[in-house]
Amino acid sequence: MSDPHSVAPARIIMRDNHAPLIHPLEEKLGLMTRLWDDGFVRKAVILIALAAIWEAYGRILNNPLLFPTFSETMQAVVERIEDGTLPARAWASIKVLLMGYGVGVVMAGSLTILAINTRLGSDFLETMTGMFSPLPAIALLPLALIWFGLGNGSLVFILVHSVLWPVALNTHSGFRSVSQTLRMVGRNYGLKGFSYIFKILIPAAFPSILTGLKIGWAFAWRTLVAAELVFGVSSGKGGLGWFIFENRNLLEIPNVFAGLLTVIVIGLIVENLIFRTIERKTVLKWGLQS
Amino acid sequence: MKPLLEVDGVTLRYKIPGSVITATEQVSFTVNEGDRFVLLGPSGCGKSTLLKAVGGYLKPSEGRISIKDRTVTEPGPDRMMVFQEFDQLLPWKTVLDNVTFPLMNAHGLSASEARAKAEAAIDKVHLTRALHSYPHTLSGGMKQRVAIARGMAMEPDILLMDEPFAALDALTRRTCQDELLRLWEETRFTVLFVTHSIAEAIKIGNRILLLSPHPGRVKAEIIDVDKVSATDGSAGRLEKQIHELLFTETDQAEAH
Repeated sequence: MSDPHSVAPARIIMRDNHAPLIHPLEEKLGLMTRLWDDGFVRKAVILIALAAIWEAYGRILNNPLLFPTFSETMQAVVERIEDGTLPARAWASIKVLLMGYGVGVVMAGSLTILAINTRLGSDFLETMTGMFSPLPAIALLPLALIWFGLGNGSLVFILVHSVLWPVALNTHSGFRSVSQTLRMVGRNYGLKGFSYIFKILIPAAFPSILTGLKIGWAFAWRTLVAAELVFGVSSGKGGLGWFIFENRNLLEIPNVFAGLLTVIVIGLIVENLIFRTIERKTVLKWGLQS
Repeated sequence: MKPLLEVDGVTLRYKIPGSVITATEQVSFTVNEGDRFVLLGPSGCGKSTLLKAVGGYLKPSEGRISIKDRTVTEPGPDRMMVFQEFDQLLPWKTVLDNVTFPLMNAHGLSASEARAKAEAAIDKVHLTRALHSYPHTLSGGMKQRVAIARGMAMEPDILLMDEPFAALDALTRRTCQDELLRLWEETRFTVLFVTHSIAEAIKIGNRILLLSPHPGRVKAEIIDVDKVSATDGSAGRLEKQIHELLFTETDQAEAH
């Protein structure tokens, strides 16, 4: 009795109750709710509404020379695709773009690898990106025309400029933000030099690298279309920008709209289909981005 | 018997902007094969820095660290590290690939050999069901167990553990400690374990090196730690003794 530990021993009171659950563990939602929860469906509805407004406004205005209706534009798109002009022009643009983008990305990669290995390289990269990233690539076009003439050379030059700095900047900051622990793990495995960069740094910094690639792509695409508006590439096989410019001169306004629409669609496909797929298969799957 | 790891008069100093800090001064100890050697001390005693030096991440400014008579000069897979941080697994690889990756890269095993070894190691830490999961879907305790499996699969000369359970909740920490001891019973690997918890040091270690802070110096070495037991109270008494040793040190430091 005098032992204080024996006065009130802890007791376990079982309260397990196996009555059926009142709420189902999982409940299926209705078809409409599930459809509306899909962002893709909601955006499609917005697009259809916009097309309807466009069509209505065009009909009220009734001035096909200035503002063709949605259906006239779509007709122009179908006709230009059927006669092969739009695909040819789009391909001409994309070809130049891929060239410039490829060269830009490779240069950005080499510059960044140099930057992470030497302090001077890092200073060099920071100075160069600081200087050139505020400069719109299109502002270099007059110079490029003098240096490389009226041709793809000039376009590739300004494309490289528009891709190089954002990709290098993002890759570099991505490399620098790789956690100390992951770096130590990589060195623990005995990885050095290029195998360390490719097997540890690049995948670890991939979210930033991908952001850089996306920004670089967006800059390059806008710059290219703008540059093509300024001059029609030699031998009359210009890209989409030139197609828009040509048709405005001919007052073929539905074709101008068709050209603009193609620029938008290609942009959407690359940004939402290609980059989104890469994202889903990498950074989202790895939980590095949500 | 020749010791596996020899740390001989090691002074570690590192630079911070404007000055040089001495983390440890003239620390010496040896670890034999099959030891569960614990570096114990309050924060600031340089125990983690010491472990990183054994890992080869920093060079002693004085003294020598050698493992099987080879001087440690750089990090290598013969001394696998298990870190405290949960982000030590490569997030772009599944649990299985995280374990096979060093086996293939550092030991040059074929994919099938690496897979067999990795699966066995993952099975030992009871994570076979998470074989193809990505690290971000695992809990903290599971991540640490994968890291231990990865270290063990490599069959290193010594496993270096830097407060691996410090960031876990108390319940998970206990299961992880028990699991580590069970794994040791099975394979008798050598482990160098850093902790600031006296109870953990007594539970894990068979030898404890007690370090005093600012700078880290050896205060005492406790041997036959595995002879004490929690049931007869001897572990509690040892814990109290160690606690007193550490406390007198802080009192002196405060008196200065």
